[in-house]
Amino acid sequence: MNFKLIAKRLSFLVLVIWAASTIVFFVPRLSPRNALRERFAELARSGGFAPGDIEKLIANMNQQFGLDKPLLEQYWTYLGNIVRMDFGYSLNRYPATVTDIISQALPWTFFLLLFTTILSFIIGNLLGAISAWPKSPRWLRGIATPFVLLTGVPPVIMGVLLLFFIGFRLKLLPLGGPYSIGIVPNWSWEFALDVLRHQMLPALALILGSVGGWVLSMRGMGVTIQGEDYVNFAEHKGLTGGRIFRDYYLRNTLLPQVTGLALALGTLVTSALVVEQLFGLPGLGQVLNNAIRSNDFPVIYGIVLFITIAIAVLMAVLEFIYPLLDPRVRNQ
Amino acid sequence: MTTVTATSPATADTSMEQPSGLTLFLRYLNRNRGLAVGVVILIALVLFTVIGLITINPKQAYPLSVATKQPPSLKYPFGTDFFGRNLLAAMVVGMWQTAVIGVIAGGLGTLIGVVLGFTSAYFGGWIDSTIRTVCQILTPIPVLLIQVVVAGSLDKRDVTIFTMALIVVMLAWMGPTLVIRAQVLTMKERQFVSVAKLSGVGDIAIIFKEILPNLLPFIAAAFVGQVFSAVFASFYLAVLGLGPLREPLLGNIIWAAQLQGAFFNGWWWWPIAPSIGMILILASLALINMGLDELANPRVRKTE
Repeated sequence: MNFKLIAKRLSFLVLVIWAASTIVFFVPRLSPRNALRERFAELARSGGFAPGDIEKLIANMNQQFGLDKPLLEQYWTYLGNIVRMDFGYSLNRYPATVTDIISQALPWTFFLLLFTTILSFIIGNLLGAISAWPKSPRWLRGIATPFVLLTGVPPVIMGVLLLFFIGFRLKLLPLGGPYSIGIVPNWSWEFALDVLRHQMLPALALILGSVGGWVLSMRGMGVTIQGEDYVNFAEHKGLTGGRIFRDYYLRNTLLPQVTGLALALGTLVTSALVVEQLFGLPGLGQVLNNAIRSNDFPVIYGIVLFITIAIAVLMAVLEFIYPLLDPRVRNQ
Repeated sequence: MTTVTATSPATADTSMEQPSGLTLFLRYLNRNRGLAVGVVILIALVLFTVIGLITINPKQAYPLSVATKQPPSLKYPFGTDFFGRNLLAAMVVGMWQTAVIGVIAGGLGTLIGVVLGFTSAYFGGWIDSTIRTVCQILTPIPVLLIQVVVAGSLDKRDVTIFTMALIVVMLAWMGPTLVIRAQVLTMKERQFVSVAKLSGVGDIAIIFKEILPNLLPFIAAAFVGQVFSAVFASFYLAVLGLGPLREPLLGNIIWAAQLQGAFFNGWWWWPIAPSIGMILILASLALINMGLDELANPRVRKTE
């Protein structure tokens, strides 16, 4: 890949992050709500503050956090902070910074997302390819149909239904939470197994919610490749069906799916956040939900920005990987 | 597909007659089964909501109106919840509010998309590149997260069905803009537009009289797609507890059920009814959207 293209892609990445940061900076400042005032009013209700003290405290805080400076100056400081991934302090758990809170919750979300995305991508694409491949046996093609029917169902609703059937009726898997109540987290196999059991339903909800989409797009792609000359040629050369399927068919159809994966990242992450909240897992979704409920604004904005940046970077990375997978793009 | 049967010369004349519009429409629905199923589900949902609004006391959709925590029975087909809402009434009102959000947000999003797409494609130049670049920059940002910031910045009392619709539409016009832009670009090069231009027809007249009527199927498909994403987005916001908390929106019911540990406490019916309702809404919209796409795209359209 040439240097100019890389530079172009990177500047686009910076623009996306800048746009997101700017929205997150200005929207709350346009709103009539004042996070500090609400926070102190809440504290005052629980006792211990005289109204005059609150005004002093707010003035003091505004000065400390630089909120009394002109808007443009605040904006510059803010952009500088974002470059350093510094999202400020949590209002609720004060000495903890937003970055601390995010990094505590991130592993839960990250592994759930990584596992479900890879698994549903592989299953969905394989099923899609098989169902579009004219020589695959009938019973194999039928497997894809139930997944396609589930395409429109949002993962959260899938989660509710799974909770009802598997968790509530059959009592096979736990109804939520990161691990069983009463177990102290430790480094043992039992604990790991317990955590795994609690991850099964959320993971299943996310996988079932996204496999159908991959099946559909892969099937559409596969149909267009069937008539291609190189596939006919490979057949006439006498290559085995398996070889054609793997090297000619799958290889060509998978490439656009990688782009599809990059475009689907946003939806996948937001689904994971909502599903986590449904199952009470201590990932970013629950942190976000708690922050929303307790008006912890720095945490809300921090998580939103962090995820946006992560997705933008991942999209760029996938785009840079693309030439490695596709020699036609590489040689251009 | 229907098989062509050989007709004798005597009956050939009558078979050439054009069938009535309704028959043609029904025949098209028979070929486009997805569209038919989607429309049937949608009609059923509309009937459910309309009949419900007429026969059921909407007050029962709000807390402390009926006995709490009743499992489904003849009196309460969907049960009642922890707060004393009749879930049947809540579903009726929730469906109605979902429809309001979907239609307002879908309509506004499509309108913005059509206006921007037309401006962008028809005038070209720097206008086009500005609109396109803005769309491209905003597209990778996860919409739900920005909506979370906006909804979180609002005063809780200001969050109503209408503000929900506005929040949802704020970042949802990029898709239709790009689709309409692409269609206008191809339409612009067609011969009938050149002929109109050569005959001295003005820009406005060309847009409204020549291009717009040809785009209607695409606009209809874009509208249904917008309604789908608006319903989806408002549902996610409500599940996260950012909706108008007093209202029985389907997402709000699931949020409340989760907050009260419905499954842990054995009140399984509480989140089930809104889940199934949401599946039906989204499925019908998705099917109609795909069906309209086929209608709008002659290349993939199935012929008789």
